[in-house]
Amino acid sequence: MSPSLNQSRPSLSFFDKLRALPLALFHKLGSPRWFYWISGKWLPWLAVLTAVLLIGGSVWGLLYAPQDFRQGNSFRIIYIHVPASMLAMAGYVLMAICGAISLIWRMKLAEVAMKCAAPIGAALTFVALVTGSIWGKPTWGTWWVWDARITSVLVLFFLYMGVIALYEAFENKQAAAKACAVLSLVGVVNIPIIYWSVEWWFSLHQPATLKIIGKSTMAPSMLYPLLVMMIGFYCFYALVLFLHMRSEILQRERSTQWVRDLITGGNGN
Amino acid sequence: MQFDSLAAVWSMNGHGPFVWSAYAIAAVTLLALVWAPLHKQRRFFAEQRDNERRRQLSQRTAPPSAEIANSSERTVS
Repeated sequence: MSPSLNQSRPSLSFFDKLRALPLALFHKLGSPRWFYWISGKWLPWLAVLTAVLLIGGSVWGLLYAPQDFRQGNSFRIIYIHVPASMLAMAGYVLMAICGAISLIWRMKLAEVAMKCAAPIGAALTFVALVTGSIWGKPTWGTWWVWDARITSVLVLFFLYMGVIALYEAFENKQAAAKACAVLSLVGVVNIPIIYWSVEWWFSLHQPATLKIIGKSTMAPSMLYPLLVMMIGFYCFYALVLFLHMRSEILQRERSTQWVRDLITGGNGN
Repeated sequence: MQFDSLAAVWSMNGHGPFVWSAYAIAAVTLLALVWAPLHKQRRFFAEQRDNERRRQLSQRTAPPSAEIANSSERTVS
């Protein structure tokens, strides 16, 4: 045996293992069965946390937060409008990232996540648009204006609907996932447009009340319930995404042994 | 508490209908998002168990040897 062959199979050093760790994690995360199992463990906790945050935050915002000196009580819609809008946008970015992962690495779980993110995002965008419209009536005197912020969020809604429709239009689901991934990646350009629309164009829509950098322009007594609702909406998003993904995984893997075992085992959790 | 009575909570100085309808629509939509996958999953398990039961039943009533006899019977009648 030549010495060069011997050298080509060295024992794995610590750093080699460290380098292999992300790949191992990636493979594990990519396994639908593992995801089904681990998400099942998290679901009850996530459900309780979400319920407590959303109910607590709503009661706080509706009954205990002081009313706005200019907008009166109508401003209480902020506690669902802002978190729903945030998640509608964050959900789109998540969908596009999952689309990219499924395109590049062909990760099955990312494809499932991308498919499931679309209806959830569409529903949250719908909530953002409707609550915004209802808030607009007493505040601006109109249900709807074709300004930059509102129109770009409407485009976001259509992008979500486009992804859903595109997926359903293909008979071949592999091709469907590829097309949806491309569409969601192209649509990401809309996200910064939504975000900065209130600064780039003249708008009836008020600028962001919360800022990541710099001071928020909101009194703490109004801000705290909003923060509770935002965390609640993030938890809600995770919860609902997990539920949709689990259902989708079962459908896709229905002929595998582990799903057969679940079916005959009797516990359909 | 910002309101003196239940009626005040309901009316919110005239903004009540807007605030409450916004919250109601949001609540219904969010609940639908939770309900839909749970319903789909429950239906999936019910369907699959049904299929499994039917498959087992057909195996028991019609073993491979009896299947030919059965089919000929069906063509006669």
